[in-house]
Amino acid sequence: MLTIVQTLLAVLALLCFGYAIKRVVSQKKIDCLLFLILGVALICAEHFAWLDGYWLSVLKFMGINIVFASSLNLVNGYMGEFSCGHAGFMCVGAYVGGLISIILFTQNKLLGAPLLPPELAPLLFPLIVLVAGCAAAIFGLLVALPSFKTRDDYLAIITIAANYIIIAVIINIDVVGGPRGLSGMRATVRAMERVADVPWMMIWVVLLVMVSVMMLFRLVNSTLGKGIPAVCQNEVAAEIMSVNTKKVKLVAFMVSAGIAGMAGAVYAHMFSSIYANSFGIMKSTEAMVMVYLGGMGSLSGSVMAAILFTLLIEVLRFALPALSDLMHNLPFVPDSFMISQEWKWVLIPLILILLMQFRPEGLLGNRELTQVFPRLKRLLTTARVE
Amino acid sequence: MDFFLQQMLNALQWGSFYALIALGYTLVYGVLRLINFAHGDIFMVGAYIAFFVSTWLISGDGLGLPQQAVLWLTIPLTMILTAFVGVTIERVAYRPLRRKGAHRLYVVITALMCGLILENGNLALLGATKRKLPELVDKAVYSIGPLVITNLKLWVIAAAILVFIALQTIVTRTKVGMAMRAVSWDRFALPLMGIPLDSVIVVTFILGSGIAGLGGMLFAMCYPTLEPYMGAMIGWKAFIAAVVGGIGDIRGAFVGGFLLAFVEIMVVAFLPSTYMDLFSFTILLLILWMRPTGIFGTPQTTKI
Repeated sequence: MLTIVQTLLAVLALLCFGYAIKRVVSQKKIDCLLFLILGVALICAEHFAWLDGYWLSVLKFMGINIVFASSLNLVNGYMGEFSCGHAGFMCVGAYVGGLISIILFTQNKLLGAPLLPPELAPLLFPLIVLVAGCAAAIFGLLVALPSFKTRDDYLAIITIAANYIIIAVIINIDVVGGPRGLSGMRATVRAMERVADVPWMMIWVVLLVMVSVMMLFRLVNSTLGKGIPAVCQNEVAAEIMSVNTKKVKLVAFMVSAGIAGMAGAVYAHMFSSIYANSFGIMKSTEAMVMVYLGGMGSLSGSVMAAILFTLLIEVLRFALPALSDLMHNLPFVPDSFMISQEWKWVLIPLILILLMQFRPEGLLGNRELTQVFPRLKRLLTTARVE
Repeated sequence: MDFFLQQMLNALQWGSFYALIALGYTLVYGVLRLINFAHGDIFMVGAYIAFFVSTWLISGDGLGLPQQAVLWLTIPLTMILTAFVGVTIERVAYRPLRRKGAHRLYVVITALMCGLILENGNLALLGATKRKLPELVDKAVYSIGPLVITNLKLWVIAAAILVFIALQTIVTRTKVGMAMRAVSWDRFALPLMGIPLDSVIVVTFILGSGIAGLGGMLFAMCYPTLEPYMGAMIGWKAFIAAVVGGIGDIRGAFVGGFLLAFVEIMVVAFLPSTYMDLFSFTILLLILWMRPTGIFGTPQTTKI
């Protein structure tokens, strides 16, 4: 069994890699090549321990944040709605993904013996993530259906309500641990590591980022996806121009929720335990900060902002105590006054308020990175033109 | 039956808190078409201000006043100081955006972030220690037949009704109220009529935040433990109440507050208390879906 799975995995990995290389060579896509190199470098970095564990986990978290922010950008940026309950969908994904993996692959007191041999875990993990995404997308209906009738502030309230409802429902289900949280996903990861000793979580995060950013990119550039900014600019006019606004809204909300759910499923396996309460309005705010920091309707902006934001949080972790020490050199500051980590959550909203005052369109505004720096675009596409 | 009536009394008290906060939401929304998401946290600030003022007044280091005097001094002081906080937020955060003619979305985000700053700033400045409001009223328990009611409960209900009547009078009978209604009617024609827009808006914020301050103080008197996040949940609930009643309408906020409290108390009476949030948010979702303008609201038409 083990050897079969191992060979299968090796063949799959080779096929994927070969396909990617073929794409790069035949279509001369330099951007694709860059992503590939970056991904392989990250996986190698964990496998050969080039970076210490702390930075590796920051990098993984960055990946989750990229997916989380860019999926929200579809609704808040491209469609111009104000969804502030995005973490709820991530919560659904995390719980569904975690629960399936516990039922399928691990020995659990409540849920009994594993249904499938744990050796299958690495093969079926993408499927679990997909199912979790679908579940989150179905919960996305909770917001998508009311959005046909309501807009703006009222829709914002509906998203907040959806977030609270999801958390309240999960807390009231005792099988998934209720307020105590769900744990035990670590065993699945360990089962994967028994099959092949590679940094699985890093691989899944890299794949997740690639797949979901690619999906979003292709969606917003498709004919259907062009309807999303049209709904943003003027819904009535878009409808007159034969955009099926209901379908567009449904697709945007469900895809956005689904991708957040996929991020949640991977997140659940990254940390051994998850708590419904940690997916509250604060987590949603984080996603909003990233979207508005990067620019509404700019995918590369969201990716950039997610990277910057994750770094900022980590830097503040060190900077605040340092600042506190520095401040105590001043004569008029009382000794008992410390700058604690709580100030982080004063600074982050403050950044967003200042952003709204002085540059409401965010870092990149409505444009992609290649539009802001045309030379970069030439660099990335010259090979294709020739 | 007695049980039911007793629960009704509890619902009346709980609904009074909702109504006091919801009135502030609805005032600001009625005038500015802005959901002031920081309002729940202004309520929390009100409770903290009441704590600091009353502790200072009652303690030996401060003035050492008798209990009765402290109560009557704390009420106006809390209202004034909380109103000051509300007006400061308006001046610093909302007014520049309004002057620039920014999109409503940006103002809503700013409001949400102001609320977070109030919550977490409080936590960062004052620490996570829970504070306790000193006792300002001697507790008395009256019993009418099988029903039991404390004097505080009566105070809270009376305060909510008084504030409602006062607000309704201000908005419908006075010149300021007329100006407030004018702002919501047409903000751009208003300066042409010689009405100072900014002062009317400041008055709105003074009224809304002052009432929230009063609500915070009464809440702290009934449930003396204070913590930075106490305003968040009750703020959302009050907002639901305002939407249920039809946001922008003062009667709506008042009725919605009591309605929501009634539903919640009944849910808690018959089901585990963890279901409370589930029910109130589901009600919100259903109401917004079926009848987005609430009980008293009038549907708006959009023009292209």
